[in-house]
Amino acid sequence: MDVPLIELSGVKKSFGPVDVLKGIDFKAYAGKVTALVGDNGAGKSTLIKGLSGVQPYDEGIVKFEGEEVHLHSPRQSGALGIEVVYQDLALCDNLDIVQNMFLGREELSQGTLDEGSMEFQATKALQSLSVRTVKSVRQKVSSLSGGQRQTVAIARSVLRNAKLVILDEPTAALGVAQTEQVLNLVRRLADNGIGVIIISHNLADVFQVCDSINVLYLGRMVASLKTSETTQSDVVGYITGTKTMEEVA
Amino acid sequence: MSSLTPTEIGSGHEGTIRDQITAYGQRLKNGEMGALPAVIALLALVVLFASLSPYFLTTLNFANLFVQAAQLTVLASALVFVLLLAEIDLSAGVTAGVGMALFVVLNQMMGINWIVAIIAALALGSLVGWVIGIFVAKIGVPSFVVTLGLFLGFQGLMLVMLGDGGLFRLDIPELKAIMNSNMPVAGGWIMLAVMVGVSLALGFYDRARRAKSGVANRPIALMLSRVALIAILGGIAVGAMSVNRSVSVVPIEGVPIVIPIVIGILFVGTFVLDRTTFGRHLYAVGGNPEAARRAGIKVAKIRITAFIICSTLAVVSGVLAASRIGAIESTAGRSIVLSGVAAAVVGGVSLFGGRGRLIHAAIGALVIAIIDNGLGLIGLPAGVNFLVTGAVLIAAATIDALSRKRSGGGVRV
Repeated sequence: MDVPLIELSGVKKSFGPVDVLKGIDFKAYAGKVTALVGDNGAGKSTLIKGLSGVQPYDEGIVKFEGEEVHLHSPRQSGALGIEVVYQDLALCDNLDIVQNMFLGREELSQGTLDEGSMEFQATKALQSLSVRTVKSVRQKVSSLSGGQRQTVAIARSVLRNAKLVILDEPTAALGVAQTEQVLNLVRRLADNGIGVIIISHNLADVFQVCDSINVLYLGRMVASLKTSETTQSDVVGYITGTKTMEEVA
Repeated sequence: MSSLTPTEIGSGHEGTIRDQITAYGQRLKNGEMGALPAVIALLALVVLFASLSPYFLTTLNFANLFVQAAQLTVLASALVFVLLLAEIDLSAGVTAGVGMALFVVLNQMMGINWIVAIIAALALGSLVGWVIGIFVAKIGVPSFVVTLGLFLGFQGLMLVMLGDGGLFRLDIPELKAIMNSNMPVAGGWIMLAVMVGVSLALGFYDRARRAKSGVANRPIALMLSRVALIAILGGIAVGAMSVNRSVSVVPIEGVPIVIPIVIGILFVGTFVLDRTTFGRHLYAVGGNPEAARRAGIKVAKIRITAFIICSTLAVVSGVLAASRIGAIESTAGRSIVLSGVAAAVVGGVSLFGGRGRLIHAAIGALVIAIIDNGLGLIGLPAGVNFLVTGAVLIAAATIDALSRKRSGGGVRV
């Protein structure tokens, strides 16, 4: 198999006396959707915060496209092309889609905001993901549904030329139809060559869209499986700790 | 015009004028009403007072009305910058008072040049804004409490600086002229020509820039009719102010000097809010501070800057107040700040943050000035004035809360 987009080996993180990550190995590939599952407190969020640079790891090696990197701030992660779409999406309701997609990296020409250029690129980003549910890129985000918001948040990472997009519970608050839309969007993201990591509690979603599944249990990676070679009940077993792999490489 | 592939994703700029009007109606339905309720209230009040008092629609009163609204417009505009962040500055009025007290100390007591004294007063305003900003953005004290404290403290500071019951006459003709003198008649027309010219130029500039990026432009007729509206309303106003409105033998004609000053402040402020990254980030922080922070915006810096702008502009409104009454009192600015907040809210600025424009503050200030002016003309006691203004404010805040509910903004965290 080719070089992983991101590769963690022996990653550790503790908060005071509490070891949250106890030596994690993890790989995600470009063009693939990789699931990260585990019960509450298993260490999923901590693992992601390390990748996003918000909370650097204490120990361990992080390789991005085969090169060792040090992620100490969100800026460093962003520069490499790692984008996190948080569960609460972090959109400004009072701004429109274009303004949200370019928030913090507005384009200027002659010293003032270049609305035309930003509008063009935002539209292109949405088109590249074959988004059909958004009528106008100048809609206020307050008028969008949950699925459309998720779409905007994901498209924003595309706009930033992300190589790795990490989605935190992307379908948690969505209805059936909107979940379907977002999962399709995730698939297209990967088809465009972007590496995607999904954190989810919803195994049905995970099995529908992910290429591989990684299970965290109390700070250890207890299983790394190909979706095609496992079953939901196996994964539930790993998540709850009733089933263990002999040894994870 | 568009080089985008045909798609269902538009930008709201496509289509005919009819489509644009339909879209506007849709936005109104969704609760994005902006200044519309205030404009309707403004027209209703004009009709009401015109029918109740024969003096209301005279050219003299018309010009007075704008002068009365000028100070409130600047103060309300100042407050918009902090209201957009869902913050408040209760000390804006007394900050203006302290700024003018410093002016008195420097100019009248120490004999320093009045221009230097004004600049010092403005600098003091900026300093006050910076201090408020540090307390709010860095330490995390609610702006309501910080500015309430300053509201009380500054009243004392003014008494200390100017003495009990102090009233100082302003005897600088240039300053008194701002609110009490008029430009030559030609000056008013030149001002209008500049306004129309700048509006046209900006309109064409925006269209050219959008076209260059390959995105759709609204029908050009829409932009032209907006400029035409400015030309017509401005023409009526300047025309009315250009005839002699004196009731004595000394002629009074021309646009009051304060008008181009206020329009200039509104233009620059609106330019900053609409066309610069600072403005965009201000709206973003007001809408969702956490999202703004994650987008890499320095939230504390934006907050501090907003308070600096607010306090500095508040001192400008203090200069206008001093110019109008021709004196500086040691009790200046106590009551006006609430009228300023009221003006902004009546005009359509949201107290919840993230929504509002400077033009809203100006329209709201006009509404409040008209209530004040009209009720005075028909001879109702001052108590009624407060009652009516209060009722209008509550009505405006209710519209804000309801439209927020309608647009779904209030439901999500």
